[in-house]
Amino acid sequence: MALLLSANSFAKEKETSEGSKEDLKTEIKEYIQHHLKDSHDFSLFSYTTDEGEHKYVGFPLPVILWDDGLKVFSSSKFHHGETLAEVDGNHYKLYHSKIYKTDAQGTINYDEEHHPTNAKPIDFSITKSVVMIFITGLLMFLLFRGLAKSYAKNNGIPTGVGRFFEPIVLYIRDDIARPNIGEKKYKRYMPYLLSIFFFVWFLNIFGLTPLGVNVTGNIAITFALALLTFLFTNLTGTKDYWMHIFDPLGDTLPWYGKLVLYPILIPIELLGVFIKPFSLLIRLYANMQAGHIVLMSLIGLMFLFKSWIGSPLSFGLAFAISLIEVLVALLQAYIFTMLSALYFGFAAVEHDHAEAH
Amino acid sequence: MAKLLEEFSLGLFFWQCLLFGLLLFLLWKFAWKPILSAVNEREDGIKDALAAAEDAKKEMQNVTADSEKLLKEARAEREAMLKEAREIKDKLIADSKEQAKVEGDKMIKQAQAAIESEKKAAVADIKSQVANLSVDIAEKVIKEQLSDKDKQLKLVDDLLGDIKLN
Repeated sequence: MALLLSANSFAKEKETSEGSKEDLKTEIKEYIQHHLKDSHDFSLFSYTTDEGEHKYVGFPLPVILWDDGLKVFSSSKFHHGETLAEVDGNHYKLYHSKIYKTDAQGTINYDEEHHPTNAKPIDFSITKSVVMIFITGLLMFLLFRGLAKSYAKNNGIPTGVGRFFEPIVLYIRDDIARPNIGEKKYKRYMPYLLSIFFFVWFLNIFGLTPLGVNVTGNIAITFALALLTFLFTNLTGTKDYWMHIFDPLGDTLPWYGKLVLYPILIPIELLGVFIKPFSLLIRLYANMQAGHIVLMSLIGLMFLFKSWIGSPLSFGLAFAISLIEVLVALLQAYIFTMLSALYFGFAAVEHDHAEAH
Repeated sequence: MAKLLEEFSLGLFFWQCLLFGLLLFLLWKFAWKPILSAVNEREDGIKDALAAAEDAKKEMQNVTADSEKLLKEARAEREAMLKEAREIKDKLIADSKEQAKVEGDKMIKQAQAAIESEKKAAVADIKSQVANLSVDIAEKVIKEQLSDKDKQLKLVDDLLGDIKLN
């Protein structure tokens, strides 16, 4: 269903566009590129009229810029990148989903590698992703607040949709937190693990809807999530955890041996501290990004083929991939939570565990 | 890597940190804490209930064992009592039999003695009567015979013969 709708909105745009296949190809490519990025307005779908005019259906979002003072204006001023926005005598241009400061004509200067050299004001806009984060957060809060309340009301047994989510909460507790962190300390990490699992899962699922908000496929989001895991891991690290990094061999090696080995070992261990969360952020980002690219490309193929064999074939493929993507959405949330729990487990080691290493 | 850095949006990062931090805090306080404690409470409740059921089962077994033991004891006691009663009965019967026999023997002896004495008395009586009768007869005979001498002699002879027989 989701696929059909997004295909439909896509079709609307493509139907009337004419030109050679090459044009269509680049257009599809650009469309995909555009879709993968965050945007400053919440557009549901767009189409081109017979006169060649682009029509967008959606609503604008507030743009907040820090450029010698706070500048707040509606994203409708950009007209989806087609016009300049003039605020307090400054001109801003939306170029490839980024806002640049330009002159009154909207000139963009490029360097040799075709990167714009214009000044970029710091952009705190409420973008589509921010809206989706907010909606997801609200949904999660209402959902789990409801679940929490239903316990009190119904004698310790959840009601309604909580019946679906409670086993997942228990699964995270019993099969992710407990075995990885240990019976003694798992409780203090539980709220974070639960929050991160549902947050990532819900956002992944939202990414598959025709709204097509690629939030978890955005590097800033995954970076923020991984940073939290990094902070939680290292701020709650026990003495044994740090001993494991700075004195990995312990009593098994005399001091003169350590003198030789440790200049190599300690940097490696320290690097591991950063690589672990870094792998988290890249994994989630790359998986979601790749899934969206594959799915969108397959949908795009339907319009490239324009034949009775090719189009249904790529539709079938897109359908299969979108089913797999639903699984991937859950899997990536699970992996992120699982690995976070694993890292917390390293941080929470007690001495008797450290001996075994 | 350059592309990734190019894509990185500070604003989005800021909003994500802010919103997720807020969400984490709110959920922590208003959702996860009550949910986890409620689930824990429920699990403890189930554990307690199971333990209680196990205890009850054990107690029940104990009670059954006790009652069985009691029943066994009672049965044994009854058995013992019955045995005793039977013994007493047998003894009573044997005793009374013996007593009866002794009594009977005694009575028989007494009866025999009585019969003997009665017989003796009767014999003595008969003897005395016979003596009287014989004296009477002798008197009559003598009265008659004494009239005739021969006859008197013959009588004496006969009498003498008789006495010998006796």
